[in-house]
Amino acid sequence: MKFGHALALAKKDWKRILREPAFLFILVLFPVMLTVAFGTSFGAMGGSQVTQFKIGVVAPGGNSTYSNQFLHDLDASGAFEVSYFTDNQSAQYSLSQGQQQALVLLPAGFDQSVQSFKTHPSDPGDWVNSTISVYLDKGSPLTAQAIPTMLAQVLDQGVLGAKLTAQASPVILSSPSEVEVRGTSVFQVFAPGLFAFASIYMIMIVAQSYTTDRETGVLSRIMVTPTTSAEIVTGSVVSYLTIALFQAVLVFVCVYALGYHPAAGPVELAVGFLIITVFALCNIGFGLITAAVSRSAGAATGISFVFLMPQLFLGTFVGSALSSAAQEAGRFLPAYYVTDALTSLWTRGASATSPAVLTDLTAVVVSSAVILAIGVLVFRRFASR
Amino acid sequence: MHRETTHGSVAVSINGLTKDYCALRALDGITFTIPEAEVFGLLGPNGSGKTTTINCLTGLSKPNGGTIRVLGFDAQSQGLEVRRVLGVSPQETAVYPYLTGEENVRLFGELYSVPRRILAARVDYVLEKLGLLDVAKHRVSKYSGGMKRRVSIAMALVTDPKVILLDEPTVGMDPQARRAVWDFILELRDEGKTIMLTTHYMEEAEELCDEIAIIDHGRLIEFGSPENLDTKYHARDLEDVFIQLTGRRIREGA
Repeated sequence: MKFGHALALAKKDWKRILREPAFLFILVLFPVMLTVAFGTSFGAMGGSQVTQFKIGVVAPGGNSTYSNQFLHDLDASGAFEVSYFTDNQSAQYSLSQGQQQALVLLPAGFDQSVQSFKTHPSDPGDWVNSTISVYLDKGSPLTAQAIPTMLAQVLDQGVLGAKLTAQASPVILSSPSEVEVRGTSVFQVFAPGLFAFASIYMIMIVAQSYTTDRETGVLSRIMVTPTTSAEIVTGSVVSYLTIALFQAVLVFVCVYALGYHPAAGPVELAVGFLIITVFALCNIGFGLITAAVSRSAGAATGISFVFLMPQLFLGTFVGSALSSAAQEAGRFLPAYYVTDALTSLWTRGASATSPAVLTDLTAVVVSSAVILAIGVLVFRRFASR
Repeated sequence: MHRETTHGSVAVSINGLTKDYCALRALDGITFTIPEAEVFGLLGPNGSGKTTTINCLTGLSKPNGGTIRVLGFDAQSQGLEVRRVLGVSPQETAVYPYLTGEENVRLFGELYSVPRRILAARVDYVLEKLGLLDVAKHRVSKYSGGMKRRVSIAMALVTDPKVILLDEPTVGMDPQARRAVWDFILELRDEGKTIMLTTHYMEEAEELCDEIAIIDHGRLIEFGSPENLDTKYHARDLEDVFIQLTGRRIREGA
């Protein structure tokens, strides 16, 4: 393979993105606009604004020590406007009427459970397990993403005595989320999802680009030069990987300016950028598949949404507001692992070598490689139609 | 690299070429040879098989039967070698509108691995010959149809190929531009290049071609120099010959 051929084609793609307004908008301006829109709507612009959530609490165990401490911690966090209910039924009614954004049900054995952890912090065999039930307002999907993570933080840092995020405890939140959110901004929770959200639109650009080239005959023309299929695909990979990296840096600068300051060292930051960049391979693959089955650039735009929408809804920050089945479905999408990895690395402060990050990295690398390979095979089969 | 020369001065040799698209036979045993340093015209109505023949030559279509050799290289087993010696300007004006004329031509020079030290001079040379040097830095999207066509030809010629395939090279060009292209083609022929072209313009074939082949319904129905064909069919010109052979004018279609 001659890298010079691939580089010549990559340079051509870079010029296209810079010179064609639609491409420039989707790949460069759109991520910036999206980030600024989310940052100003849900974030702490400059880190000073605080978003408060209305939550209802039911504590059937009465005025026990740890229950009281937990409720005090919720109030003191400044993140929640807490309403107290004596019974589950009235609390559920309030939630259904939109008066609360979430409902927290403390279990009867909460105190016993916390006490068992404090007495035997490293001996799970002696713990008394209990589960805090959390009900979320599905009409508010974005805030529903943030609340469980904030509850987890208050719990971990309060009654459990600054428990490490990754450390197990007998008190379990019924929500699947275990994010440690520093500060109280919803934007802190959403920011990692913005990277995948912005990158996913590359599917549409790749599909349109190849379909247009096929329609105008330039693709056939390239194929009658000594350039091989591998060089053509490598050219695309080089150009779109660099664009993905540029896009990631751009989004990072925006989210940082809007108050999202990752709790990560240089290695964790670098691994995060690596994961976002590798994710571009997956989007190129989906783009090639779309181009292969599309008769025209217009059709490619429409068909690209088949790959784009599931990733947007199930793989980025709106995922946890969906049903449990939909959330499980998200695990089959590479975008989910990108968002999860960035959340672990940059929000939870996990190490680059932690099992969760390595699992996510492996999932992104393997799925992206497989999807790209399928894209290349399918496109080669149908490219000359 | 294996290179077999079947005939000392043969540039292109097509023997028994057959191509089927499902039940439709697009090419039915086409056979002809093109000597080196000749302009060869492939004429025929729309859908007669001209572009299919070119696609088989360039490797875009895989023939169902027959052989193709270009400068001794077998088009099927030595496709890469064949593509290296060919310069192709397809029927569509296949250019990148967002690149300038110069960038389009340079890109194709790079794809053929033209050494950097001579590429710039080569790009300027072909653009100048085709009357595009003044607008070389403008984006192709601003060009007229005829100018785009000339860029397409420049992209085929930037590599200084030994064998040149031009599919309808002067479609949409004004008479002046067409004349410039004709002069360039004849100059290339005199330099020893072999040019195979398809055209709907009979005057273009008469002006440029040393030999022509007329195909219809995928079959070769006549072959020879324009003068010999005129004489053989007692015709005033090639248009007459074409009508006698196919029963219609070349631009009437299939």
